[in-house]
Amino acid sequence: MALIVLEGLRKVYPGKPPVVALEGLDLTIEDGELVAFVGPSGCGKSTVLRCVAGLERLSAGRVIIDGREIQELPPGKRDIAMVFQSYALYPHLTVYKNLAFPLKERHVPRNRLDAEVRRVAEMLELTPLLRRRPGQLSGGQRQRVAMGRALVREPLAFLLDEPLSNLDAKLRTQMRTEIAAIHRRLGITSIYVTHDQVEAMTLGQRIVVMRDGQLQQAGPPAEVYENPANLFVAGFLGTPSMNLLTGRTHRGVLSAGPLRLVVPGAPDGDAVLGIRPEGLSAAGAGGEGTCLEMVVSHVEALGNENLVHGWVTGTEDSAMPLVFRAPPRVNPRGQERLSVRIDPAHLLVFDKASEKRIPLSGPVAPARRL
Amino acid sequence: MPYPTEPPALVKPLPDDDLSQAAHSHRPSPWHFLLLPLSLVMLTPLVWMVVTAVSTPEESRQFPPALPTSIQWSNFADVWAGSPFGHWLVNTAIVSGVVLVSNLVLCSTAGYAFARLRFRGSGLAFMLLLTTLMVPFQVVLIPTLLIVKSFGLIDHLGALIVPNLVTAFGVFMMRQFFLALPPDLEEAGRIDGASRLGVFMKILLPLMGPPLATLAILTFLSIWNDFLWPLVAIQSPENMTMQLGLSTFQGAHLTDWPLLMAATLMSQLPVIVLFLLAQRVFVRSIASSGIK
Repeated sequence: MALIVLEGLRKVYPGKPPVVALEGLDLTIEDGELVAFVGPSGCGKSTVLRCVAGLERLSAGRVIIDGREIQELPPGKRDIAMVFQSYALYPHLTVYKNLAFPLKERHVPRNRLDAEVRRVAEMLELTPLLRRRPGQLSGGQRQRVAMGRALVREPLAFLLDEPLSNLDAKLRTQMRTEIAAIHRRLGITSIYVTHDQVEAMTLGQRIVVMRDGQLQQAGPPAEVYENPANLFVAGFLGTPSMNLLTGRTHRGVLSAGPLRLVVPGAPDGDAVLGIRPEGLSAAGAGGEGTCLEMVVSHVEALGNENLVHGWVTGTEDSAMPLVFRAPPRVNPRGQERLSVRIDPAHLLVFDKASEKRIPLSGPVAPARRL
Repeated sequence: MPYPTEPPALVKPLPDDDLSQAAHSHRPSPWHFLLLPLSLVMLTPLVWMVVTAVSTPEESRQFPPALPTSIQWSNFADVWAGSPFGHWLVNTAIVSGVVLVSNLVLCSTAGYAFARLRFRGSGLAFMLLLTTLMVPFQVVLIPTLLIVKSFGLIDHLGALIVPNLVTAFGVFMMRQFFLALPPDLEEAGRIDGASRLGVFMKILLPLMGPPLATLAILTFLSIWNDFLWPLVAIQSPENMTMQLGLSTFQGAHLTDWPLLMAATLMSQLPVIVLFLLAQRVFVRSIASSGIK
């Protein structure tokens, strides 16, 4: 267990032009914490992991584990373990020898090595598989062996690089639960990299959203989801994505087509209105100032709910897609016109130019027409 | 990143289609009508060599060729007694063995360096290496001879060993196979605490069995059967290799074909044995994988 401090991490890959994979990343990961890095492909999340592991050399910055700077140490001297997306099990070695490999390289005495391997195998239910080779294992079993190889030497920190992305949906859910349980039991400081926001939200005690090598926001999953720092985070987290409508604020009132809402503390100018699909509902008559007209394109029936997709009408964003969650009984047909009510409590306002969220000084409410 | 490596067949039951295919595999197919005559064409020189090796000189010269009336085992004894055959065998074994081992060591380490290590000029060095593959040996024969002569190795087994210690083809082949191995394995090894040499020896080399066996066979065959370079570099009978020694059985006016074929057959036995042994390694190639 360890406190990990990432200080001004910068990684530039040489080339013409050079590729900046990481830019000024600062983050402190508390002792025993599991932090999930999430972001689209190429955002730099795996680069962070590889820099911490020592597989990539930093262009600038420091990696400090328990007060010890490790950025100049080779990977084997950092006392960290890593689970690869591909598992990277040694194909010519049995499960036992795969688990024993890190201990053998550290010259652990034979009897202790055997005891440690069997302890981890027992914990991960790998005992019956110890004499098999990786090629004779299923995807889930390989994943567990990879976890076991990382856990067997009780590292200071645990790095996981999209460890579940090669598993099917059911196994992924199961392994997610297992990883969470292992982390709860052992309390090893962990960095988990994924592009799957569900994994990040469910596993991470904190999530870190990355984009173009820069940290966009870090915080507990619920907080980042509910209070995204900018348009990117707002749009990236959540399935379906947040609905974004452009409008204008003037004297504390935001106008976007038929919508007129009081947004206390918002400066005058172009703004983007963000609203989660769960903040919208099919409306009947009335609701002036809080309702939008949409043309339904299609409905995704998920069983427990319907996702109604369509296009906004009557606003500047007539080409703007809109989606909301509806109960199964709400099942409009394609091309049907629908009135959708907005719950002002779910509204977020962003500055269009800077893309940053505008902190409001009071709750959003429907504006009365003068 | 998913790797295109399939899990081994032994963990998957054969589908019905495969079973039926296996059951039908011994039935003749139209390809057999083409392949059977072709294999006979390939076998003919070998059979002819064996038949001639146990014939009398008169039988070997008759036309049309026919099987010998009695098997002349004495031809083999005559070869052994009438020529320094054992000497040639030892010389060839020394040269082939040293070159084989050095090629396995040097080509695999150089191939690994070109595949994985980042160093200044590696691209240029590799391109230069590739260009040497395109130059025929006849072109570099004289320069090589001059270099070997300057080392004082002419008419010495070292002359046959030193120029062949490492080959551009071997380095290229090993590099290509190292490139095909997932880098994750190496990175996992380094995180697990192994040094670069440790990763190379304990993780990568065991996975290189089939390419190493291929390189071993190709190197051994080319050195064992080499004639031109030994002909240029060696003069004394006691330093001759097998192929050079065989040429002494050919006279300017008369050749004792049964003796020559008996010697040739004896010279080819180690090659055939090695090929059969190494072929098992090909078949036993590691189908299993720790990579999803």
